[in-house]
Order: sequence, then C-alpha cells, then structure tokens
Amino acid sequence: MRSSKIIFLIFLIAFCGKGMAAAQKSEILLDYKPRENINNKASLQRGAKYFVNYCSGCHSLKYMRMNTLAEDLGIEEEIFVKNLVFSNKKIGETMTKSMSDKDAENWFGAIPPDLSLTARSKGSDYIYSLLNTYYIDNSSITGYNNLAYPNTSMPHILAKLQGEQKLVLDSNNKSKNLEKISVGSKNEEEYKQITNDITNFLIYVSEPAKLKRHSMGFWVLLFIFIFGVLAYYTKKEFWKDVH
Amino acid sequence: MSEKNQSSGVIGWIDERLPILSFIKDHLTHYYAPKNFNFWYFFGSLAFLILFLQIFTGIFLAMHYKPDAKLAFDSVEFIMRDVNLGWLIRYMHSTGASAFFIVVYLHMFRALMYGSFKKPRELIWLFGVFIYVALMAEAFMGYLLPWGQMSYWGAQVIINLFTTIPFIGPELGVWIRGDYAISDPTLTRFFALHIVAVPMVILLLVILHLSALHTVGSNNPDGVEIKNNKDESGVPLDGIPFHPYYTVKDFVGMGVFLFLFALTVFYVPEMGGYFLEHANFIPANPLVTPEHIAPVWYFTPFYSILRAIPDPAFGALAMALSILFLFFLPWIDKNPIKSIRYRSILFKINLFIFVIGFLILGYLGVKAPTPLYNALALRFSEMYFIFFALLYFYSTTRNSTFSYLFSGIILSFIIAYDILRINSDNYAIVLIGLLSVCLFVLFMTLSPLYTSLNKEKEVPDRVTG
Repeated sequence: MRSSKIIFLIFLIAFCGKGMAAAQKSEILLDYKPRENINNKASLQRGAKYFVNYCSGCHSLKYMRMNTLAEDLGIEEEIFVKNLVFSNKKIGETMTKSMSDKDAENWFGAIPPDLSLTARSKGSDYIYSLLNTYYIDNSSITGYNNLAYPNTSMPHILAKLQGEQKLVLDSNNKSKNLEKISVGSKNEEEYKQITNDITNFLIYVSEPAKLKRHSMGFWVLLFIFIFGVLAYYTKKEFWKDVH
Repeated sequence: MSEKNQSSGVIGWIDERLPILSFIKDHLTHYYAPKNFNFWYFFGSLAFLILFLQIFTGIFLAMHYKPDAKLAFDSVEFIMRDVNLGWLIRYMHSTGASAFFIVVYLHMFRALMYGSFKKPRELIWLFGVFIYVALMAEAFMGYLLPWGQMSYWGAQVIINLFTTIPFIGPELGVWIRGDYAISDPTLTRFFALHIVAVPMVILLLVILHLSALHTVGSNNPDGVEIKNNKDESGVPLDGIPFHPYYTVKDFVGMGVFLFLFALTVFYVPEMGGYFLEHANFIPANPLVTPEHIAPVWYFTPFYSILRAIPDPAFGALAMALSILFLFFLPWIDKNPIKSIRYRSILFKINLFIFVIGFLILGYLGVKAPTPLYNALALRFSEMYFIFFALLYFYSTTRNSTFSYLFSGIILSFIIAYDILRINSDNYAIVLIGLLSVCLFVLFMTLSPLYTSLNKEKEVPDRVTG
C-alpha cells in the first residue's frame, strides 16, 4: 500500500526532525565546544586530578563513589587514596565537600552546587564554556564576570592558569569577543586542554554507566540481530504454503 | 467435552480440571486470522511485549526506589550508579514508556486507516481508547517519581488543569495532590497508583480488548470480513491459524523492534532530551520554576490544543474534548467501507492532514509559545476537530443542501471565534489562518458535489493478499 508507506515515512521524518531542535545561544559561546571523549582514560584521570585540586573544595560530587571512580579510571585504590583523597574518608564513600553550606553562603552569597549531574542537566558545552569565558568586570564582587553564566558569584579559580581576559564590545554595545590581557602559567592550548579534561571528567561523573553501556550495547545488538535473522527465516519457512 | 479428554499424562490431568488445551486451541492454533496482515499489524503484539517489559523492569525499579520526597531523586541516582545493571533497568523502563506511546500511536493509526473501529469492532476500539487514557495516566504519574524539576513542574501544569474546572476545581486539586502544593503525599500516592492501581486497570482492559477481538475476529487491510467466506468445515477461506503463522511473524517484528529499542537504550537513552528531559536531572525545587516547561513528547499534541485557547478553562475543555472524541469514533464515521484502500481521495486527504496536524501539534507543544506558533497551534487544533466532522460528513453521500449547511455550521464556529479575538495587532495572522481553514473546509465539503474526488472503490469479496 503506497499511501500507508508514505505516511509512515512522514512519521519517521517527523521524529528525526524533533531531535535536531537546538537551543539558542550567545554567538561567542558557539566558539567553545569541548572535544568529548569519555573513553580517553588519560583525559579522565587528568580531569579528576584538576577537579580534586581546584573544584572539590567547594563543589561536591555526592553521587560519585570513589571506588567506582578509581576502578573506571584504571587507578589503583592505594594510589587513588594517596593522591586524590585529602580527607580521612573511606574509598567506598562518595565525594562530598568539606566546606559547610552555611560557610559557603556567608562567603559567596550562594551555595556552590553539586556537580554530579551538571553535564546532563546543563550540558557539557556549558561546563566547558563556563571555564573558558571568565572576563574582568570590576562591578562584580569577585572581580570577574562570565559569559556562560552571567553575574555568577563563583570566582575565577583557574585565573592563575588561564591569565585574564576582557570583554570587547562592538559599535552597538553588543559582546563581540574576549581578548587576552595577561598571560597565565599555561598557554592557550594547554588551558583549553585542562578545561576539556575537567569537562570530560564531569561527563563521566554524570553517568558512569556510559562507559559500560556503549560496549555492552554492541553485544546485545548482535544477539538481537542474530535472533531477528533466525526469526525471519523461520517465518519464511512457515509461510511457504500461504498464498 | 468428549473432545477434551484426548490428552493423557500431566497435561491431560490438568486439562480435565482447567481447560488449558481448549484455551490454546481457541486462541492460538484454531484462532483464524486474516492471511493478509501487513506491516501495520505488528504493533498490537509489540504493545503487549512492551507492557510485559514495563512490568518486569518496573518490579526491579520498585525494589530500589524510595517513594519519599527527600529520598526519591537520590534513590534514582543510586539505581543508576550503585545497583547492578540498575542503569539498564531504568533506561529500559524510561525508553519503554516512550516506545509504548510510539507503538500505541501507530496501532491507533492502523485502526483509523483500515476502519478497524467499525461494526462489529466498536467495543475493541472502546477498550483500546480506555487503555490509551489509562496509559496516559500511568505515564503521567510515573514521570513524577524521579522527582526532578520537570517531574515536579510538569505535574504542576497537569494538576492545574483540574483546578480550572468550575466550582469544584480548587478542591479537586487539593484532593489529587493530598496537599496545597505538590509534595510528599502527592509522590507517595502517585507511586501507589503507578505501580499497583493503574497497571491492574491496564491489564484488565487488555484482557477485555483481546477477548472482544477474539470474539469478532481481526480486521485486515482490505476491511473484508473473512468470516463471510468459510469452507465446509467452517474455517475462513482467507484465514490462517494465529499459531504458528502469526506467532513466527510477530517474532520477526519483535526482532526489529528490540533492535531499535536496544539501540536507544544503549546509545541514546535521553533521545536528545525528549525521552529524558535535561532539566529532570535537577532535583525538584518548588521555589525555582524552570525557564521552559514542556511535557514529555507523547503528551505534547494535547498540550498544544490546551495552549491554543488562552482561557485556561476553555483550553482544558478543548483538550478533554479532543480525547473524548476518540471514544465516539465508531459512531461518528458510519461509512460502511472500512479500508482506506477503497475509500475516496477526500478521505485520504482528511486522514493525511489529521496525521500531519497531530505531529505538528506535538512539535509545537515542546516549543516555547510565540505568536506564530500560537496561531499554528490554534489552526491545527481546529483541524483536529474538523477531521472528526469530515469523517461524519463522508459517512454517506450528501446532497447539496446538507453539504452547504454542514460547511456553513463549521465555518460559523470558526469565524465566530475569530471575530471575538481579532484586533489591530493580530488581524493579519488571524485572517491568513482563517482563510486557509475556511478554504480547506469548503474544498472538503463542497468538492463532492462538483467533482469525483469523493468516489469510492468497489470492495472485493475476498482479501487481495
């Protein structure tokens, strides 16, 4: 039946089309796209290191169990505890923060959010561009403002690594681009790699099962495929006498 | 009785006490289904498969989930991370919900195309629509359980619909929530309803749906009653035993379905934010409203109809009517020809526009409203109802007086509503929309008088294979 096939095709196209709807963003932010690869263990390990050193003072990963992390990142538990656990926590615990919410509110005016699921709720692009688009703004308390998260109360923790940037406006007073005004301890490429590693790490943290499901999926699909082929030929055999 | 005592041994012992063999005979090996089922006939058995999967995965989720406003969100993450294969069970359940609706929508579309709701299958259709409504309730309550931002605010939007009912509305809202706002009592009662009450209703309705189906027999793509042509032993000439023919065929359908299902579960479980919404990875917070609240995709066509009318009470009424109309379909479309194959070009256009309109309404429902989107949502909502009016109109050949009168009545409703809302700001968009809908209605109702577009084809006596 031709008409029914056409209608089914339209169903399909409509469903595919739905997936393509993308969110609108500020144009400068479009330049900041992380290279996502959670299978890159080295990148995840570096990301974990930077996270523990620079982020974990204020931000918890309250769903991330440390022994799961050690196992998934291929770090031996002893080495993990020695290098990545600064408090007297047990490796079976999750990565909570040491700062109390009350102190945080006093110091920053807001409680730093838990980052376990940020990569899923706000997206990896958001994390990456947040870490890259701090610029000098003397009207803000921390001295910095951010393009991805305007008026954030989070200070530019990585300023020493990145150096400082200022926002350049065009003739219509609209944001045009960010310009480097001082150099940090890392060059531009190195800094991008660091923030990319942190982003990768947080993508992993938001869904550790992702590492497993991609590889397991292949075998499940293969099994279903073989089942489908067998079912098809069985059907063909049975239906031989139906005319 | 004499026939039943043929088996000996354990089976025979049981069969003397419980008619398992005659059940298998009546419903599988000697249940004759038309031999010309096509692609569209896979979705019934697939819906059954998904129902089984949902119950199975649901049981395992319930072992680890905590129905408590303080613990619910964390327990879902616990399932995703610390329970062995918990992520797989959860993704199967969440993907299964969307898959259920895809399959059910295709199943319903099949019924529309081949007239499977018509005499003598009115009850099958009726039970089917009840299943659909129960499924919507089931999905809606299940979506609250992860206790994320979209769970919370989506439920807020839907429960607020009930509060728009005059007089009893506000009281009804409190009664549903068990509180003045969505909170722990709402979560616990939704949990109970989601895992016990509604699944039992669905299972009962499925039994009724299938019993009614097996009483009258399946329709087929030709819309020919195979029971009208039987051989000497009473077997339909165009029928084949459901088992083994359709059991082996349905296994092929299941293979294809499970492949696509596994592809989603393992590689795109969020489906770009349509199966699992991004904002639902943020715990529910009654103090922070998300920028944009969109229901899950399978509700969005009806959500669009709701939003198409600015007044919330009338919007809710329109949405309720849009679902209510489905129940009356067998008594709206009285055309004796069942299958689209033998119906007129105008019927095909009508169904085609309806499907496209439904998809567009679904698309508009996930988008934030703009003046253009609102205008489109209103017009396609009107088209949704016009579909049913035209189905009634095409039930038989209409004379010119009836045709003009009929189109006049539809147009006066549409024009009257536009007169009420037109102003100097929106007149362009209102007039363009009005003109398109009016032209469509006039074409669909008056062209049978002057052209052969409404000409139907001869229905054969036997199925065409």
